[in-house]
Amino acid sequence: MTGFSDSLQLAVSLILSGDAGLWSIVALSLKVSLTAVAIAGLLGMPFGAFLAVSRFRGRGALIVMVNALMGLPPVVVGLSVYLMLSASGPLAVMQLLYTPTAMIIAQVLLVLPIVAALSRQVVEELHDEYREQFLSLGVAGVRTIPTLLWEGRFGLMTALLAGVGRAIAEVGAVMIVGGNINHVTRVMTTTIALETSKGDLGMALALGVVLIALSVSINAAMSFAARSSARLAYA
Amino acid sequence: MRDIGHEILAQSLSKLMPLRTQLPSLQLAAVRYRASNQVQIDVPKFEITGRGISVLVGPNGAGKSLFIRLLHGLISPQAGQINYDGQPVANGGRRAQAMVFQKPVLLRRSVVANLKFALKFSDTPKAEIEDKIAALLELSGLSDKATQAARSLSGGEEQCLALACALARAPKMLFLDEPTSSLDPNATQRIEAILHQAAMLGVRIVMVSHSMDQTKRLADEVLFMANGKIHDRLAVETFFDGPISIAAHSFLSGRLVP
Repeated sequence: MTGFSDSLQLAVSLILSGDAGLWSIVALSLKVSLTAVAIAGLLGMPFGAFLAVSRFRGRGALIVMVNALMGLPPVVVGLSVYLMLSASGPLAVMQLLYTPTAMIIAQVLLVLPIVAALSRQVVEELHDEYREQFLSLGVAGVRTIPTLLWEGRFGLMTALLAGVGRAIAEVGAVMIVGGNINHVTRVMTTTIALETSKGDLGMALALGVVLIALSVSINAAMSFAARSSARLAYA
Repeated sequence: MRDIGHEILAQSLSKLMPLRTQLPSLQLAAVRYRASNQVQIDVPKFEITGRGISVLVGPNGAGKSLFIRLLHGLISPQAGQINYDGQPVANGGRRAQAMVFQKPVLLRRSVVANLKFALKFSDTPKAEIEDKIAALLELSGLSDKATQAARSLSGGEEQCLALACALARAPKMLFLDEPTSSLDPNATQRIEAILHQAAMLGVRIVMVSHSMDQTKRLADEVLFMANGKIHDRLAVETFFDGPISIAAHSFLSGRLVP
């Protein structure tokens, strides 16, 4: 096992030299996680908005359940998707196990409750603010959803950001359904786990640095967007 | 906000709505509204019809804002009926009405986008939208701020925009809940001028006000409300010369309303 300074030196050289292996892993991670967040956003934001504006029996219980699912353990999601996609599972015919698609499915399930729950909060606040005005204009219920989603666009971006953070940093679900196959399903988190266990701390550290840099960059961009929107009075 | 004369306001308004010949009618029968197990509004019989501006006055907590929301169908009474031109106000009757709130409710968009949104839910033909937007911008004095974020406007400008959004629907009946309570005299003057011109075109106006000076300037009739009941309904001169109810006397003389 190499020392920390050697590992750090190697990590820096891997990053700066544009190591093909490292950057292909980063690219796959981004592809899987961003696709999952995009799908979760398309499904979760309208669903969250629907929960915010509609009134029906069991709505309170459904909101509690969606909120609770935000803390869903990734390994449990991974196991569930594995059981569905495995040779004896109901979706075996699709042959998706150990593919990036399986990883996307698992991450969608992890991110969806986060996006839906946070979207509901954002839209519900706006709905309280605009309810009488919309009613006065003759718009009520689900017809208000497209407008409310647009009015809450900056708050909803924060919901998506939380989803990106959850997806890109999780290891359990993608490890189980992806199998951590080199050049096929190996992403940043699973590689860090593997390389650390092998003692190749240089690669693990390099990916760790990239992971943190990505997380900070996304947060900084969102913070900038939120501040700009507030300054321009659009938020 | 640019200062423009009454004639220009009248011209802008006439591009937005025709002179009303058929006047609306709003009837209330045995209306009771309760909240927290207390009767907040109790109006056995009431009708608004014809032309003009009715100003609803009364002490804080009298139920004025609740009453105006009932009239517009934003809330429903537990008992009684509110009909607009023969149909329940909350069930289609509201289409011919509009409301301006005490605190302007504007979308997080530009001035012009707010006007477009209001027009989207009116029956305005697409070909007329641009002309109407130009007229509404002129009416509100915001022609030079059309692309500015609505929520970056001053309080007076925001309320003028909110009023323009309400008038975009070319309502037959317009409700306003203390629209000038936090505005400076300049903005108040503009709002009042717009309301005066709208009333001349036949828009029936019902508004809540705490300003007796404003009531004298605008009202054709005064509705005095206390404890959820309408105690007086009088022509403005008669009301200020000597109201009928003891509650209104107390209110006008600055004493506690019984």
